Amino acid sequence: MHLQPLLDVLRRERGTQVFFVLLLIVAVGVPLLHAALPASSPLHISTYTMTLIGKYLTYALLAISVDLVWGYCGILSLGHAAFFALGGYAMGMYLMRQIGPRGVYGHPILPDFMVFLNWKELPWFWYGFDMFWFAALMVVLVPGLLAFVFGWFAFRSRVTGVYLSIITQALTFALMLAFFRNDMGFGGNNGLTDFKEILGFDINASGTRIGLFIASAVFLALGYLACRYITSSRAGRVVQAVRDAESRTRFLGYRVESYKLWVWVFSAVLAGIAGALYVPQVGIINPSEFQPINSIEVVIWVAVGGRGTLYGAVAGAVLVNYAKTYFTAALPEYWLYALGTLFVLVTLFLPRGVVGLVDQARDALAKRRASTPALPTADSTLSSAQRSP
Amino acid sequence: MNVAAIARNGWERIVGPRHRSDRRPSADVSHGTILYLEDLTVTFDGFRALNALTLYVDVGELRCIIGPNGAGKTTMMDVITGKTRPDSGSAWFGQNIDLLTLTEPEIAQAGIGRKFQKPTVLEQHTVFENLELAVAGNRSIVHTLFKPLTAEQRTRIDEVLTAIGLADQRHVRAGTLSHGQKQWLEIGMLLMQDPQLLLVDEPVAGMTPQEVERTAELLLSLEGKHSVVVVEHDMDFVRSIAKRVTVLHEGSVLAEGTIDEVQANPKVQEVYLGV
Amino acid sequence: MPASIQLICRLSLLLLLAIPIAAQAQSDDLFVERLELLTANNFKQKEQAVAGLLNLRHPNTKAVLQALLDGRLYYERASKRVVIRAAEDAFSVADAVTLTPIPDASEDAFSRITTNNQLRKNLRGAIAAFELDSPDARVRLTAVREMLRSLDEDTVALLRERVEQERDDEVRAAMTSGIALFDLDNEDAGVRLAAVERLRGSLNSDVYNRLRALIERDDDGNPVEPDPEVRAVAIDVVNGIETRRAFYGSLETLFFGLSLGSVLVLAAIGLAITFGVMGVINMAHGELIMLGAYTTYVMQLLLPDHIGAAVLLAIPAAFIVSGATGVLIERGIVRFLYGRPLETLLATFGVSLVLQQLVRDIFTANNRPVETPAWMAGSLQINEVFSITLNRAYVVIFTLLVFGLLLALLSKTTLGLKVRAVAQNRNMARAMGVRTEWVDAMTFGLGAGIAGVAGVALSQLTNVGPNLGQQYIIDSFMVVVFGGVGNLWGTLIGGMSLGVVNKLLEPYAGAVLAKIFVLVALILFIQRRPRGLFPQKGRAAEA
Repeated sequence: MHLQPLLDVLRRERGTQVFFVLLLIVAVGVPLLHAALPASSPLHISTYTMTLIGKYLTYALLAISVDLVWGYCGILSLGHAAFFALGGYAMGMYLMRQIGPRGVYGHPILPDFMVFLNWKELPWFWYGFDMFWFAALMVVLVPGLLAFVFGWFAFRSRVTGVYLSIITQALTFALMLAFFRNDMGFGGNNGLTDFKEILGFDINASGTRIGLFIASAVFLALGYLACRYITSSRAGRVVQAVRDAESRTRFLGYRVESYKLWVWVFSAVLAGIAGALYVPQVGIINPSEFQPINSIEVVIWVAVGGRGTLYGAVAGAVLVNYAKTYFTAALPEYWLYALGTLFVLVTLFLPRGVVGLVDQARDALAKRRASTPALPTADSTLSSAQRSP
Repeated sequence: MNVAAIARNGWERIVGPRHRSDRRPSADVSHGTILYLEDLTVTFDGFRALNALTLYVDVGELRCIIGPNGAGKTTMMDVITGKTRPDSGSAWFGQNIDLLTLTEPEIAQAGIGRKFQKPTVLEQHTVFENLELAVAGNRSIVHTLFKPLTAEQRTRIDEVLTAIGLADQRHVRAGTLSHGQKQWLEIGMLLMQDPQLLLVDEPVAGMTPQEVERTAELLLSLEGKHSVVVVEHDMDFVRSIAKRVTVLHEGSVLAEGTIDEVQANPKVQEVYLGV
Repeated sequence: MPASIQLICRLSLLLLLAIPIAAQAQSDDLFVERLELLTANNFKQKEQAVAGLLNLRHPNTKAVLQALLDGRLYYERASKRVVIRAAEDAFSVADAVTLTPIPDASEDAFSRITTNNQLRKNLRGAIAAFELDSPDARVRLTAVREMLRSLDEDTVALLRERVEQERDDEVRAAMTSGIALFDLDNEDAGVRLAAVERLRGSLNSDVYNRLRALIERDDDGNPVEPDPEVRAVAIDVVNGIETRRAFYGSLETLFFGLSLGSVLVLAAIGLAITFGVMGVINMAHGELIMLGAYTTYVMQLLLPDHIGAAVLLAIPAAFIVSGATGVLIERGIVRFLYGRPLETLLATFGVSLVLQQLVRDIFTANNRPVETPAWMAGSLQINEVFSITLNRAYVVIFTLLVFGLLLALLSKTTLGLKVRAVAQNRNMARAMGVRTEWVDAMTFGLGAGIAGVAGVALSQLTNVGPNLGQQYIIDSFMVVVFGGVGNLWGTLIGGMSLGVVNKLLEPYAGAVLAKIFVLVALILFIQRRPRGLFPQKGRAAEA
C-alpha cells in the first residue's frame, strides 16, 4: 500500500473534505436525534426518516461505484443495478433463512414461497445462507464473479463505448427476466420479503435500524476511501488514460483490458455491498430492482452531481433521490416528467454537474475578489478539467 | 487447442503472464538486425496498403522512411505495433520475437515505442503524469496500484523533462501545451519507455525551424543506443539526420540508400515529380 | 356464446325450412310417430327409433339427433310431444317438429330423453353422415374427421360408399385414411398391409398415433402387429411420416422465427439508420414505435366503421407523427450532442421517459384495444400440421416492403445520396454544399418515421400500452449490433436470424430462457466479432 497520494488528496481536495465532514455529521447526528430525543420533539428524527436517509447512503455508495467506472474509466454501465440487486439478493437469502419456522406456513427450513410452490427440498444454491459470514462472502463474490466473467468477455474483445453500454443493459434485462421466473428459486415476482431478524436482532427494532444506518455510513466512507485510493494511485492515472485515449495507453504497454476488468469488478463489488445494506433497511428485494431504468437512474445521479469526482456522485445520488421522494409523495404523476427533463437538461447544460456549477461559481467569486485571474491550484485544475466521455 | 489452453491463454491476456517479470525477454539482436519485415501484405477492401513489403533495420541505426501519401508508411507502423494484422508475411523483432503473435501492450513491453503522426499525449494528465505513465517498469495493475515510483524512475523523469525542455511545465496539463511542446512530450514519453526500437511518425510536422533543429539533435543523440525508424515528409529534416533512407511506394520498397543516392534515383524522381 | 350460436343455427334452419314447408306436411306425421318411439324406456327401441328417423331424412332429423346427443331432447310426459331445449341454463323449449317455441313451458312437465354410450356413438356417426351430404367441402371434411374418432362397421361402410362419389381431394384423402385405419384391425394380414400402404405419407395425428402403436410391443413384449411383413412396412411408413411431420414442423418453426424476426427487423431498421448511418444513439426509439402503435389506435377511433382502412391510413399517419417527433428530438436535443454518444444516450433516454408518461396521461396506463381487420385475421391451413397465421404473414411481407423501400430511398434518391455522404465525411459533404443540418434532421426523421410504421405493424401483434417501446428497444439494439452497424442488409439478416434462433430454442428452453440464451449468445458473439456480421472495413473503420 502506498498511502501518500491518498493523504495528499484528503489534505487538499475541498469536495472530499466537505463529503467527509457532512457524512460524519449525518452518521452521528441522525441516530442521536432519533434515539436521544423524544418523539414529541420537533427535532426528533423518526425511524422512517432515518431509514430513508440510510437508503440514500446505500444509493450514494452505488453512485460512487458507477462514477468509478464511468467518470474515471469511461465505461458507461447501464447495468450496475444488476450488481446492486445481486448483492441485495444474497443478503435477502440470509434474511429469509433467518426467518426459520416463523414463516406463514411454519416450515422449519423452507421459506414461504417454496412451500407455496410445493417444493420439498431447499435448492442447493440456498445452502450456507443461514450463516451470515457465508452470505456476506456471497454479497462480494456473486456480483464480483458476474462482473469478472462479463468484463472478461467484453473487454477482451474490445467492446467499448455505446456498444458496451447496450450490452450491460442487455445483461440486467436478461437477469430481470430470469429472476421473474418462479422456478429460478428466488421468489419470482414477489422476491424476498417479510424478514424477521438480522444477526439475531429484530430487524424492525429501532436499535437495529440505527446499527444498519451507521453500517451504511461506514461502508460509504470506506468505499469512498478505496475509490479515492485507486484514483489517486498510478493505476488511477492509467485508468484515466484509458478513458481519454484507450489505444494510446495500449501503445504505452499497459494491458488496458486488465485495468478495465479489475476496476469493473471492484465497482461491481461495491455495488453489491450497497445492495446488501439496502435490503435489510427497505425490507424487500424483488426482480424489479434489475429493471434497466434503475441502472440508468444511477447514471443520472452521477451526471447530476458531476462525474469523475466521487463526491459529485454522492451529492447527485442524495439530491435526485430526495427530489424523487418529494415528487412521488407530492406530485406522483410528474415524477417521470421531472426525471426525463433532468436527463435532458443535465446533459445539455450541466456536463460537469452540480459540482461543476459550484466550482464555476467559486472561480467567478475568486476572480471578482482578486481582480487578477487566480493562479490555477492543483485542486482546481483537477476538478475543473473538462472531462470528455 | 484444448479448453485448458484456451482458458490459460485468455487469462494471461487479461491478467498478464504467469511469470511476472518487469520485461519480456528482450530482442535477440546477435545478428545485428533488430527488425525483420518480410513479404508483408495488408489489404483494406481490395486496396493494397502494403504489397509484399520487405524491410530490415539494423541495431542502433537511424533509418528514415519517405514516400508519397498512401505509400503505406503508417500502415507499416500499424503492423509493427500490432494495431493492424497483415494478410500475409512475417514481422520479427530480433530473431526471437514474432510480432504477429503479440498484442499492442505486449509489443510495447517487448521494447518497441511509437510516436504517432498526430501528437497524442494524454491531454487531461499533466506533463509529469504523461511521463510517469510512460516510465519503463512493471505495468501490471497490482504494481501500479500499490507501489510508488522508485527513486531511479523519478530521476529518469526529471532527466527527460530537462531533455525535452518541459521542466518548468511539469505540472501543467498536457492539453494546454503548444503543438511543438506536445511533439516533444511525446518523444519524451518514448524515451521514458526506453525501447530498443523507436518508431517516430512525422516528428517535426508543424514545428518552428528552431524546434525542428532541437528535434534533430534529440533524435541524433539516440542513434547507437537505440534503433530509430523515422517517417517524415520534410526532406531537409531527413537530410539533416539520415544516413540511410528507404523510399516506399504503393506498399513496397522503391529504393534504399543514402539520401543523395535516393534523390538521384530516376524511379524516385518519377514517383515524386511525375505522374 | 354457445347459446347465441345455437340461436343463429336455429334461425338459419328455420329460414331453410320456410319454403318447402308444405311438402313436409305428410312426412311430418311419420316423423312425429318415430319421435314418439324415442320416449320409450328402453335403449333398443330408441336405437330403432334413431335408425327410423335417419331413413326418413326429415329436415329436422339432424337437429333432433344433435339435441339427443347433447342431452337437450325432452318430451312432455302428458302428451309424449318431443321438444328441443334451447340451452342448458334457462328452460326454454321448442317443438321438435315445427321448431316453434313453446311459451311458459315448465320444467316439471317434461322429461329428458336419456342416452347410453352405444346410442351416443351411433348418434355421432349418424350426425356426421348427415353432414357428408353437405355441399360445402369443409363441412364434409369436419364430418369425416368426426367419424374417424368412432369408427365401426356402419360408419366405415358409409365411408366406403361415399368415397367413390367424393370429388374433393382433401375429403377423399380423409375418408381413405379412415377406411385404412379401420382396416388395420382386419384379421387378414393382406388387408392390413394394404391399409398400412394406403396410410403412407398421411399427416393426420390419429393416423400417426395409430401406426406408432402398431409397431410397438405390448406389455408381454410381443409385437402389437403379429405379421412381420406388415410390421416392416409399418415401420417404414412411420419413418416416412415422421420425416414429413418433422419437415413441416421445422417449416412452421421457420415461419414463426421469420415472423418474430421481421418484427425485430421492423423495430430495428429505424435504429439502423439513426445509429448506423448517423452514429446517434436514440434511446427514445422504442417510444417512437409506441407512438406509431397509438396512432393506429387513434385512427381506429376516428374511423370506427372502417377498421381495415384505419390500419392502412395509420401507416402514413404514424410515419408523420413519429417522424415529426423525431425531427423535434433531433433539432431540440441531439444536434447539440453530436460526437458525444454517451450523452446522447442519456438525453434521449430522458425523452423516452417523458413520452411514456405523456402517453400514460393521455391514454391511461392500461393497454388500448387495437382491432385486427378481417382480412388480416385467420390463418392459411397448408396441411394438417402446418398453417400460417395471416397477420404474421402480412407483417413479414410488410417488413420486406419497408426494407425494400428504404433501400431504394437510400441508394436511388438525392436524399439518400446526401445521407450517405454526410455519414461518410461530414466536413467534405458540407464543403460540397450539402446542408448537413438539414440532412441530419431528415435522416433522424426518417429513422423515427420508420419506427412509427413499425408501431403500426406491432399494434396488430401485441398489446398497445405505454411499455410497448421498452420491450423492443434492447432487442432492436441487439439486432443492429449483431448485423453490423451501418449496414441495412446486416440488420435484415441479423434480425431474421435472431428471430429464427429464438424460436428454435423455445421448444427446448421456454420463451424466457430462450431469450436469455440469445442475449448471452449475442454477448459472446460480439466478443468474437465486435463489428457484427457485416462489418464496415477500411482504414476509416480502424480508427
